[in-house]
Amino acid sequence: MSSGDEGPNLDDLGARLQAARAREAAETGQDRVRSGGGNNAGMGLGFRIAIELVVNIVVGTGIGYLLDWWLGTKPWLMVVFVFLGAAAGVMNIYRVAKGLDDSVGLGQASRRGKNDQTNGP
Amino acid sequence: MANPVEQFQIEPLVPLHIGGVNVSFTNSALLMVVSVTLVTAFLTLSVRGRALVPGRWQSMAEVFYEFVGNMIRDNVGSEGRKFFPFIFSLFMFVLFGNLLGLVPYSFTYTSHIIVNFGLALTVFIGVTIIGFMRHGTHYLRMFFPHGAPILTAPILIPIELISYLSRPFSLAVRLFANMTVGHIMLKVMGGFVVALGVLGVLPFAFLSAITVLEFGIALLQAYVFTILCCIYLNDAIHMH
Repeated sequence: MSSGDEGPNLDDLGARLQAARAREAAETGQDRVRSGGGNNAGMGLGFRIAIELVVNIVVGTGIGYLLDWWLGTKPWLMVVFVFLGAAAGVMNIYRVAKGLDDSVGLGQASRRGKNDQTNGP
Repeated sequence: MANPVEQFQIEPLVPLHIGGVNVSFTNSALLMVVSVTLVTAFLTLSVRGRALVPGRWQSMAEVFYEFVGNMIRDNVGSEGRKFFPFIFSLFMFVLFGNLLGLVPYSFTYTSHIIVNFGLALTVFIGVTIIGFMRHGTHYLRMFFPHGAPILTAPILIPIELISYLSRPFSLAVRLFANMTVGHIMLKVMGGFVVALGVLGVLPFAFLSAITVLEFGIALLQAYVFTILCCIYLNDAIHMH
């Protein structure tokens, strides 16, 4: 959107477009695509929470299993990592439920979330 | 009734074995080639005119361009511009995979977890390399929040690490689950239409609604996959 050398007409149009876009963004936030339908968004959220929990536990278990296999401490590390994975899953669900972003570091994410509430994931 | 999961069967079209490795050209590979060809044709042919005031096809191409461009600008910032080609290709590949899967008798390659996992792993490894290149070992600071008591480190660091490592899996599983569930649901409903005879009008109406929903999900999941990649990229570049 940088073409402004076609006369005042296009300049004006560009300015009005920018203003309209800014207004729309202020009204709807980033939810322009997400809110395609209530059913759709709810299903997406449900999927997300379920997958987050399962995947984190599976990855934790996998890491524990590999570490056990490597260090020869069967089965203790796997047991520990199942719980760590579950904790990571719950932490990620907390993140989703709170509408925080997906970046690593819960403390930083919640601080950012307080700064700008509009920037949901 | 036809088996609802039969549609996900991989069938070799051109059997090919090189050095004991099965590298057959399958229906999945065919759909990938079709999708890449379609994307390339769509984007190159539609902007061939290079009109200042775009025609129908050109504005469609520009919609996709601006959509991904805005997504990168909002989530990564100006430094994300140089990753635009990759993110755009990723978006179009996933989007066309999802949409082509809805064409009857075709195949949905995004319903195979290994395809999504390959894409997600590429993003994950790339993002990790970018993070280490830009921040060096300081990138590891990300796993321990500032200001947390040092005693919590033995618990917090593994948890954050698992959460970080689970990213490619959750990306892959989310796309896979959404696509698979939708297609199985369509197939089962389709079976009811035939089995119920005259009353099949009811599942048929439901089927029509579900098909519309599936188009929505195809778009939404391509969007979610891409935006999460953008968020991960932003994490690696800015680290907050």
